[in-house]
Amino acid sequence: MSRIWDPKNECLGRDELTALQLSRLKDTLQRVYANIPCYKDKFDTYGVQVDSVRSLDDLQKLPFTTKEDLRLNYPYGMFAVPLKDVVRIHSSSGTTGKPTVVGYTRNDLNNWTELTARFMTAAGVGPEDIVHIAFGYGLFTGAFGLHYGAERIGASVIPMSSGNTDKQIMIMQDYRSTALVCTPSYALTIADRMEKSSKGIKSLSLKVGLFGAEPWSEEMRKEIESRLDIVATDNYGLSEVMGPGVAGECLNRSGMHIFEDHFIPEIIDPDSGEVLPPGSIGELVLTCISKEAFPMIRYRTRDITCLDYEPCACGRTHVRMRKTMGRSDDMLIIKGVNVFPTQIEEILFQVEGCEPHYQLILDRDGSIDTLEVQIEVNERIFFDEMKRQREFVNKIEKKLASALGVGATVKLVEPSSLKRHEGKAQRVIDNRKT
Amino acid sequence: MKVEQISIFIENKSGRLAEVTRILGDAGVNIRALSLADTSDFGILRLIVDQTDKAKDVIKAEGFTVSKTEVVAVEVPDRPKGLSGILDVLDAGKVNVEYMYAFVERCGENAVIIFRFDNTEEAIKVLLDNGINVLKGERVCQM
Amino acid sequence: MIWNDEFETLPREALASLQLKRLQQTLQRVYASVPFYRESFQKANITPDSIKSLQDMEKLPFTLKQDMRENYPYGLFAAPLDQIVRIHASSGTTGKPTVVGYTRRDIKNWAEMMARSFSAAGAHAGDVIHNAYGYGLFTGGLGAHYGAEEIGASVIPMSGGNTKKQIMIMKDFGSTVLTCTPSYCLFLAEAALEEGIDIRDLPLRVGIHGAEPWSEQMRDEIEEKLGIKAIDIYGLSEILGPGVGIECIEAQNGLHIWEDHFIPEIIDPESGEVLPHGERGELVITTITKEGIPLIRYRTRDITRIIPDACVCGRTHLRLERMSGRSDDMLIIRGVNVFPSQIESLLMQIEGVEPHYQLLVDRDGNLDTLEVHVEVNEKMFSDEIKVLQGLSREIRSQIKDILGVTCEVRLVEPKTIARSEGKAQRVIDNRNKS
Repeated sequence: MSRIWDPKNECLGRDELTALQLSRLKDTLQRVYANIPCYKDKFDTYGVQVDSVRSLDDLQKLPFTTKEDLRLNYPYGMFAVPLKDVVRIHSSSGTTGKPTVVGYTRNDLNNWTELTARFMTAAGVGPEDIVHIAFGYGLFTGAFGLHYGAERIGASVIPMSSGNTDKQIMIMQDYRSTALVCTPSYALTIADRMEKSSKGIKSLSLKVGLFGAEPWSEEMRKEIESRLDIVATDNYGLSEVMGPGVAGECLNRSGMHIFEDHFIPEIIDPDSGEVLPPGSIGELVLTCISKEAFPMIRYRTRDITCLDYEPCACGRTHVRMRKTMGRSDDMLIIKGVNVFPTQIEEILFQVEGCEPHYQLILDRDGSIDTLEVQIEVNERIFFDEMKRQREFVNKIEKKLASALGVGATVKLVEPSSLKRHEGKAQRVIDNRKT
Repeated sequence: MKVEQISIFIENKSGRLAEVTRILGDAGVNIRALSLADTSDFGILRLIVDQTDKAKDVIKAEGFTVSKTEVVAVEVPDRPKGLSGILDVLDAGKVNVEYMYAFVERCGENAVIIFRFDNTEEAIKVLLDNGINVLKGERVCQM
Repeated sequence: MIWNDEFETLPREALASLQLKRLQQTLQRVYASVPFYRESFQKANITPDSIKSLQDMEKLPFTLKQDMRENYPYGLFAAPLDQIVRIHASSGTTGKPTVVGYTRRDIKNWAEMMARSFSAAGAHAGDVIHNAYGYGLFTGGLGAHYGAEEIGASVIPMSGGNTKKQIMIMKDFGSTVLTCTPSYCLFLAEAALEEGIDIRDLPLRVGIHGAEPWSEQMRDEIEEKLGIKAIDIYGLSEILGPGVGIECIEAQNGLHIWEDHFIPEIIDPESGEVLPHGERGELVITTITKEGIPLIRYRTRDITRIIPDACVCGRTHLRLERMSGRSDDMLIIRGVNVFPSQIESLLMQIEGVEPHYQLLVDRDGNLDTLEVHVEVNEKMFSDEIKVLQGLSREIRSQIKDILGVTCEVRLVEPKTIARSEGKAQRVIDNRNKS
C-alpha cells in the first residue's frame, strides 16, 4: 500500500470533516456574496441569506452555477479577488468562441499542488520516480496540475507536452521514465506503437500510469495494464473547479476519493435539480470551499456518476466517486479536449460561403479519437482546380484546429448526402465504444 | 490488355510542359493521349505515346523523374449511358477507379477512356466478363 | 526595480571573490561526480586545486555540445536522479536531443534569475504576463513561467501558436507583459491589425523577447507597432534556459549577465584564446551554482562582446552586447534551434528519400519561414498525386514533430538544387538580405 501524502487531512473523521466543511463553506459564501456581483444577484434573487446556511444540508437552498454563468461573466467577472492577487490564469472550452476563464491566487496554487501530490502519492508516485507528463502544456489545466504535484513530491518531471509519439517513446526509453501522465487513450496509442517497434515494451521502465481528462472503462484499464505492464490509475478534475486533483484513486481502485476538505460534492437529478440520496446515479455538483480566486458554488459539472461513503481500506475517509459514466449535455471529449458542437457550427458559419450542412463523425483509429467534419459542397464552395479545393479544406481544418485545440479532418461530401433525422440533420455520430 | 502510360513529375512553373513536349517532338515521339493533374506546387503529366520506352528514355535523359504505369483503355459506345454502363459494371465488381481520362478516336465512332484502377488485373477480368471491349496496348499506341 | 538588491549591485571585488569561491566549489563537485570532467581535467593535467584565481580559468578545457551528445542522456549530471526534479531538452545536432537536469535548488535559482529579469524589464506583481513561449521540453515557456510566478504577476500560460486565440486572450484578459520571440511579436501585431485590433490601444506595456537574434531596427519597429518597451533577454538550455542575462529597462543597452551564477568569457572561436573585455568573439559560460548539470567553460557558439562600462541602472553585473551571429551552422527559425544535420538524418530515415535537399530560410513579413526542397527521384515518385502529397506531408510532419518547427515541403525536379563544386548548397538564408 502506498503512502498517504497528508494523513491529517485525508483521514479526518467524518464529524471533523463535516465541521471543517461547514466552516469553510460559510467563509466562502461570505466572500462570494461580498465580492462577486453574479453571486450577490443570484442569492438575492433566490432570497437566500448567506447567514441562513447553518448546516451542510442548507447547501440545497443555494442556486446552481452553470457554464452559462461563466460565459456571461467573461473574462474576470467570477473572480473573488483583484487581479493583482491572481498569479495564474487558465481557461477551458466554452460552448462558443469565448473560452471559460479561471484564476488562482498563490494559496490556490499551493492547494492545487498539494491535492495533485495527494493523488499522485496515492497512485504510488514517490521522489525516486521520473514523471513523464504528456498532457499539453498551456491554457489547459491538465499538464500544470500534475507538473506541480510531481515537483512537490520531489520526483523528476519531464515536461513533454503532447504529440509526437515517436519522440515520446524515445524519451521514455532513454530517460527511463517510471510514471506516465496522459489520457487513457493516448496510453493505448503508445502501446500500439511500442508493440510495432523492435524494442518492445521491455525497453520501458514504466511502473504506473496516471490517466484522466476523458472517460474510460474498466476494460480499458485492464487492456492498458496488460499491454504496458503498469498499474493504471484514474483521477478526476475540471478547470472550472480547479483542474486535475479534485479526486483520485488510491491503489484499491474502487472509486476516486474526492478531497472533501476542499470540495463538497452532491449528486442531483440533472432534469429536476433535486439532490439524490447517497448511492444514486446522477449529475455531480461541486462546491469549492477553499478557493480564493475562483470559488464555485454548486457548480454543475454535467458529469454523471455516483458517490460511495463507505470507508475505504486505504484509510482515507474521503468519499469516493465512481468513474464518470457520461454527460448530461452534448459536450464531446475528443483526445481529452472538450468540444461543443456549437463551437464547430460557429466556425463553419464564419467561413465564407459555407452553410452549416455538416456532420461530426467521431471514431477511434486504433486507440486515437478521430474527428471528421463532413460538409456538404454547394456551388459557392466548389472549385474546378484541385488546389483551390484543397486550400479551402485546409483553411477550415486550420480554423477548427486553432479554435478547438484538436485536429479534425474535413471531408467535402455531395449535397444532401448527410443523413437527416426528421428533416433535421443529425449533427453528431459517435462511433467510439467506451 | 494493359496499356503502358508514362508519368512525369513536373514542377508547377512556366515552361516545364513545353519542355517535355519539345523533348518528345525532337525524338519523333507522338502523343496519343494525355492528362495533367495539378497541385499547388507540382503536377503529374500522364502520357500515352507511340513509343513508350523511347519517350521514357529521352525524358529521363533530360533529368526528369519518370515512371511507367499500367492503365486500361476501354472503348465506350458513343451514346447516352455508354459510360455509365461501364461504371456500373466496375462498381458491381467492387473495382475502384483511381483516375481516368478520355480521348476521342480519330476515325471511329467510339470514345476511348483510359482508366487507372486500384487492382488492374481484377478490373480487366470484370470488364471482359461483362463483354466490354478492352483495347490492346499496341492498338492504343498506334491509333 | 531591482529584484535582489544585495546580489545585483554587489561591488566588483566582492562579486569576484564570490565567483572564485563558487567556481572552486563547482570544480570540486564536477571532479568528484562527473567522470567526463575528471577525465578531461586529468588530460589537461589539472585538478580543481590548480584553479587559484579567476584568471586560472583559462587552463580549464572547454565543454562542447558534442560532449553532451556523447554523454547522453544523464552522463553529465552531477546530482543523482532522485535529486533531479526537472528534465529539459534542447536540439541536438542529430536525432538525439541535449538533456539537462535541475535540482530543486536549480529550479529555485532559475526562478530567481527570471524574477530578476522580469523586474529589470519593468514587470511587477500587478502585471498580467502573457507567456507565448512554447511550453514543454524547451526551456523557454516554463523558465519564464516560474519567474513570472515568483514576482507575483498573473501568468497566462499561452504557449506558442494559435495567433488568433493569442490576440483574443491578450485583448480580453488585458495582458500587460508579453514574452515571445521578437519576430512572433511583430507577427502578432500584424495579425491583430487584420482583425481590426491595434495593440497600441491595449494595456500591453512591455515585451520581453529572446530565443533568436534581433536588431535595433527590429526593436524600433516593435516599440512603434505595439506601443511597448521591447527588452532583449538571453539564455540557453544547456546553461539554464531563459534568464542568463537581460537588458535593463533604464539603459536598454546590453544584457546584464547574472555573474553571481555565471562566469562569462569571450574567446576567439578559432584559436580558443580569451579576448580582452570589449572585443567581439564567442561567448563561453561557466555555471557556478548549478547542481544538476554544471557546465565548465561551455562554448555557446554565440558571437558577442562584453560592454565594459558601468550601467546607469546601478547593477554591477557585466553587460553583453546583443548576440550578432553564430560560430557554427545552427539556424534559429522562429526561436527554434535547427541544425541542417538534423534535417538530413530525418530525410534519410523516410524511405525513398535521398538527402538531395536544400533549406530555404526567409522572412515573410516578420515571421521566419523554412522551405525544404527535396528532389524527387524515381524511388519516391508515384503517378498518383495523393501518394506524392502524402510523402510531402510525411516529411513536413516529421520535421514538425522532431524539430518543432513548421515548414513547407516542396518536391522539386531532380538536379534542380544548386550545387557548388559538386556539393549541394544546403542552406540559403535570405533573411538578412532586406
